[in-house]
Amino acid sequence: MSRIVKGLTIIALAATLAACSSVNLDDKNASNTNVTDANGIMDPFNPNSPLAQRKSVYFEFNDYSVTEQYRGVVELHGKYLLATPAQRVTIEGNTDARGGAEYNLALGQRRADAVRRMLTLLGVPDTQVETISLGKEKPKALGNTDADYAENRRADFAYKR
Amino acid sequence: MKCHSRKRTTTGSTAFQKFRTILFLLVSFGLTAFLPGLSQAQLRVDISGISAQQYPIAIADFSGEAAGTLIADVIRADLTRSGQFRLINATGAALTVDTPIAFDEWRGRGADYIAYGSVTRGADGRYEVKYRLGDSVKKVQLDGIAFSGTEKELRRVAHQIADRIYEKITGVRGVFATRIAYVLKQGSTYELQIADADGQNPQVALRSREPVISPAWSPDGSRLAYVSFESGKPVVYVHHLATSKRTPVANYKGNNSAPAWSPDGNTLAVVLTRDGLSQIYVVNANDGSGLRRITRSPLIDTEPAFSPDGRTLYFTSDRSGSPQIYQVGLDGGEPKRVSFNGGYNISPRVSPDGKTLLTVTRRDGAYRIASLNLMTGTETLLTEGRDDQSPSFAPNGMQVLYAAIQGGRSVLAGVSSDGRVRQTLSVLNGEIREPTWGPFLN
Repeated sequence: MSRIVKGLTIIALAATLAACSSVNLDDKNASNTNVTDANGIMDPFNPNSPLAQRKSVYFEFNDYSVTEQYRGVVELHGKYLLATPAQRVTIEGNTDARGGAEYNLALGQRRADAVRRMLTLLGVPDTQVETISLGKEKPKALGNTDADYAENRRADFAYKR
Repeated sequence: MKCHSRKRTTTGSTAFQKFRTILFLLVSFGLTAFLPGLSQAQLRVDISGISAQQYPIAIADFSGEAAGTLIADVIRADLTRSGQFRLINATGAALTVDTPIAFDEWRGRGADYIAYGSVTRGADGRYEVKYRLGDSVKKVQLDGIAFSGTEKELRRVAHQIADRIYEKITGVRGVFATRIAYVLKQGSTYELQIADADGQNPQVALRSREPVISPAWSPDGSRLAYVSFESGKPVVYVHHLATSKRTPVANYKGNNSAPAWSPDGNTLAVVLTRDGLSQIYVVNANDGSGLRRITRSPLIDTEPAFSPDGRTLYFTSDRSGSPQIYQVGLDGGEPKRVSFNGGYNISPRVSPDGKTLLTVTRRDGAYRIASLNLMTGTETLLTEGRDDQSPSFAPNGMQVLYAAIQGGRSVLAGVSSDGRVRQTLSVLNGEIREPTWGPFLN
């Protein structure tokens, strides 16, 4: 456990340094890290931006830990939020359709909170981040296959202008 | 409790081995006349399995008016649905409320009980319904009463007669005249509906484009608490059914959900994320004032349900690593774990006598309704579905209402609390979710 926290702290420091060193996020040449695409458009309202294209963290069944696979997604948004203190974000937790409505509502909240905790470790102020849960009530995939369930076990970064 | 030294239908030990299916249509052509404009909400009732003991009863068509046949139909359907009665054919009996009953003849036909009556219609259009219940073994009249009502109230009168028959014969108060609430999803529209216990006569209490979950009846049946997403996130409302006036009683930062009424109707337990993860609080049920936190864990605590004495809450928590049921005093103290079977137990509901706990349990990837004896710890799986959810007890504790998936859609289902008799009340149009059985009225 403490090793994870230590690891996250190091990542947080690295991310903070990286954010400080990137002078201008609108400058395409500044995006030289592996978390931005070739265009490097750091604008969540631009559908071509990596912020719009990589806005989801996926979870295992009845689980709320952010796996290594999605750390990059959280770091991408963390960097943007650190560089754009006026922009707020809502993290929306979702679950698959299996199980009770209320327990899934609580589980979705835990998923959203797990993402927020990572952002906090990256240095993003809590005031910039809100978490809500939609539980199993707003499924993105409407079917009942394993792939549909996996698609719905998700936390999304939702930006409002 | 009465002594029954008479013949009764008795099945083998496992009702489902001798699987028998009784299928009938509740909404016959005639009954639809009682329910103008509700054809889209017709419910079909299937019953599977039979109770260990069934009381043989004949219910004659009530004489006098055409409505008498319909009243008898409703009574027959109610008693059949309980699984505790076996109907003896009374076709052509032509009994009025004053007919001397040939008890030996009815007993010869196999009926230990005979119910009959008369319907008259006054000049003002109101109906008077007189009913009698005879015991053909003891050769006595067990019950007799007159009801008065408009044409629209005749179904309710029939349910009240069924309740009297049920109580006179079984010794347990009937629940046929109670109501249920559930959410009906049709396309992208959510309706909070209230219907009679047989699923008939649905009324819309709330219509919304956003999800509605967790309806909960106040103990006096006058209000429903529920969670609505209409403001973009879950907020708890209390809705007065008579006036449609509603009040947000928990609308804090984050999620507000899982309302549960205290037995005196003054307090609501709710689940809030205002201080982080889902935790249980209590508020005043009238205006949401007096917020007080009950649980303090760094994990999920949700789905509170009051014990009948109002002193403790059962709730779902994943503090052990998987969701299980716990019990905590309202004055705090260390929560005590209650469920131990399997790795997923949620949605606790306590029986009216406080002795049994319903849960939704995950077994082999399927969600089933389980009944846990709180005294012995013995567990019984009541259902066999793939995704059975949202159980609630009938106010007499004899039946359990829940939501099931059948043929790829969500339907209303019921099971006797011993698991022997199951039934489906399926809406033809839309998905039924979050059903909950209301209290006794009056």
